[in-house]
Amino acid sequence: MSWTGKLLRINLTRGEIISEAVNEEWKNDYLGSRGLATKYLFEEIDPACEPLSAENKMIMATGPLTGTMAATGGRYVVVTKGPLTNCVACSNSGGFIGAEMKSAGWDMIIFEGKSPKPVYLYIENDKAELLPADDIWGTSVWSTDEWLHNKHQDPLLRIAAVGRPAENACLYSGIVNDLHRAAGRSGVGAVMASKNLKAVAIRGTKGVGNLNDPAGFMKAVNDGKAVLAENPVTGQGLPAYGTQVLMNVINEIGALPTNNMKDVQFDGAHAISGEAMSEPRKSDGRPNLTTNAACFGCTIACGRISTIDQGHFSVKNKSKYWGNSGGLEYEAAWALGADNGVDDLDALTYVNFICNEEGFDPITFGATVAAAMEMFEDGNITLEQTGGIPFNFGSAEALTQAAELVASGEGFGQDLALGSKRLCEKYGRPELSMSVKGLEFPAYDPRGIQGIGLNYATSNRGACHVRGYTVASEVLGIPEKTDPLSAEGKPGLVKAFQDITASVDSSGLCLFTTFAWTLDNIAPQIQGACGSEWTVDYLLKVGERIWNMEREFNLKAGITSADDTLPPRLREEAAKTGPAKGLVSQVDAMMPEYYQLRGWSEEGIPTDETKQRLGLKG
Amino acid sequence: MEKSLVINPDKCTGCLQCEMACSYENEGVFNPAKSRIKVFTFHQEGRFVPYTCTQCSEAWCQQACPVDAISLNLVTGAKEVNESSCVGCKVCTISCPFGTINYNQSSGKVIKCDLCGGDPKCASACPTQAITYVDADQTGLDKMRQWATQTDNATSNTASNA
Repeated sequence: MSWTGKLLRINLTRGEIISEAVNEEWKNDYLGSRGLATKYLFEEIDPACEPLSAENKMIMATGPLTGTMAATGGRYVVVTKGPLTNCVACSNSGGFIGAEMKSAGWDMIIFEGKSPKPVYLYIENDKAELLPADDIWGTSVWSTDEWLHNKHQDPLLRIAAVGRPAENACLYSGIVNDLHRAAGRSGVGAVMASKNLKAVAIRGTKGVGNLNDPAGFMKAVNDGKAVLAENPVTGQGLPAYGTQVLMNVINEIGALPTNNMKDVQFDGAHAISGEAMSEPRKSDGRPNLTTNAACFGCTIACGRISTIDQGHFSVKNKSKYWGNSGGLEYEAAWALGADNGVDDLDALTYVNFICNEEGFDPITFGATVAAAMEMFEDGNITLEQTGGIPFNFGSAEALTQAAELVASGEGFGQDLALGSKRLCEKYGRPELSMSVKGLEFPAYDPRGIQGIGLNYATSNRGACHVRGYTVASEVLGIPEKTDPLSAEGKPGLVKAFQDITASVDSSGLCLFTTFAWTLDNIAPQIQGACGSEWTVDYLLKVGERIWNMEREFNLKAGITSADDTLPPRLREEAAKTGPAKGLVSQVDAMMPEYYQLRGWSEEGIPTDETKQRLGLKG
Repeated sequence: MEKSLVINPDKCTGCLQCEMACSYENEGVFNPAKSRIKVFTFHQEGRFVPYTCTQCSEAWCQQACPVDAISLNLVTGAKEVNESSCVGCKVCTISCPFGTINYNQSSGKVIKCDLCGGDPKCASACPTQAITYVDADQTGLDKMRQWATQTDNATSNTASNA
């Protein structure tokens, strides 16, 4: 029901493609997308394997609601073992290719082995073939996209591709689809390129149907759309300002990490905010923001379409960056901006364009530059090592040059491509990497928002906000307001957010719907599509099951409870300004209660009883 | 009262809800590839433009059809394809100046917008009112109102300056 029930298995080593039925039992246990793909990965690879070896597999997966009319039902995920974290990597993207994959008749694509030569996968409904990619190897995502559209003479072809950094094994390279949507985090692009797979191009014309209860589904979808439209966040804030609606809000509450998280407030916050993106520029009177844009089926439309001032130093004489493209979202604006002390909106937009063009994660990249800047200012990194670039906080020039170097893989770009953990280890300052399990923090300081710190420390893919976005409760009061400065009750809040999120991610919907929707709005849509057994209670159980399965994967990959913490800076150096002044993260104090609520041992291992309750094997 | 679809590209976000609603109504599946309305993305300009049949009064497709498979719905004003008569010759697709009538490989017939019998699903699915269904004689009303507001401002500004 709503699933196609079919998956493509691509053995790149042998160049073989087979069509398989999706495992019915797993589908009913894990729903789809994140949950189902992780189940396949866990069953099929050794979690201790080397992420960039042929032994690792990479799975692209849709959920049962992907490709349907459910608002935001266009999501797909990439699941693999990640090279940045050595943990399970699950990177979620919108755009249009997920729905196209579903419309071509496939719930999932499993890539295994390694192709002897560069190839791309071309899918036209039932037809799937591996074709030579020699002509596009060594080129950017945008060039690859153009080449494939020209070659196949099909303007409606949907494309996901990796750029040059992925080919150079940049540990935070992503897979970009539809030019500027990305499975961006955890280095899934490096895994794809390690298999000599350059792109996936899909044309699907079968459509998505097979609904369990068509009338019930359409009613639930229309009810859901009305709720999104009436909610102030999804109906007004996100369409108008995108996620950038948060920049000034988070700065005011003293949780905007600044200068590699030395500070929690940024003087230049307004200059790089969503509001600033809508203000006319001095030079040409146009705003940075041209319009908002939606992913497939999305009635929120938080996406930004932006331009760069043509007179800005970053794009002088580079006309290819003068048109519109994907603009800044909050995480990128923060990581490239506040975390580096850079308040130049055009420079940030330019770097964001480069991240999309070449396929690398602006969060990890920005945080890695921030760590480099701190080490440069401390004298651990020299001018000679940076290739003559003064890596000072606040330098837009250093930021833009750093992006160009990561794109090309030249000079200091090779060091920056390692991510902050390995970069800081290399230059003798491991404590300056603002990361958990190797993945850099997003844009919320755990000293000013206590719950999110616990989520970062326990997130199965490293420091990630979209695994348990307690900011919704702690800052925005969704579904109810909790005190961001207090650790009390946060373990339960974190667990609840994490489990719900695992379920939402597995449905094919976008997490942003949960600013307005609860599972009470989501369950009827899944029931209409998939069957009456998908109640709120069952979705919660499935979410918890997925969370514990991911944990089991990580434990087998070598993670221990010692990895469930935050860098010393956040636990020991108090916030200097704002409402959180004098506070540190209380992550370690919250951990025992979190383990207990999860049904884990003191060592952070799911007990046999917990596994039995969730139907996980021992 | 005859009504028309009015499209305001400025309000379109490119979400394709209209394409899904259209294909679901006509084909029973969510399938943008079989939608009678299409959203075009002009990436460099940052523009999304929904486009479909405007139901010409003297319709080229209708006049070109050799088997009279296209007829006028007297209630809605839509030009509708009679599937049982259509032979899939595609002459209408050549004659239409706008490209809004197209061949459908799966059925061997042509497909075009028929205003869903007077309740166009694309308009009700659109989350931003980029597609509306209004009195056919008043399709410019919203634009006129918008300009009227500015005209009014100009007058009052002039008055206050005087």
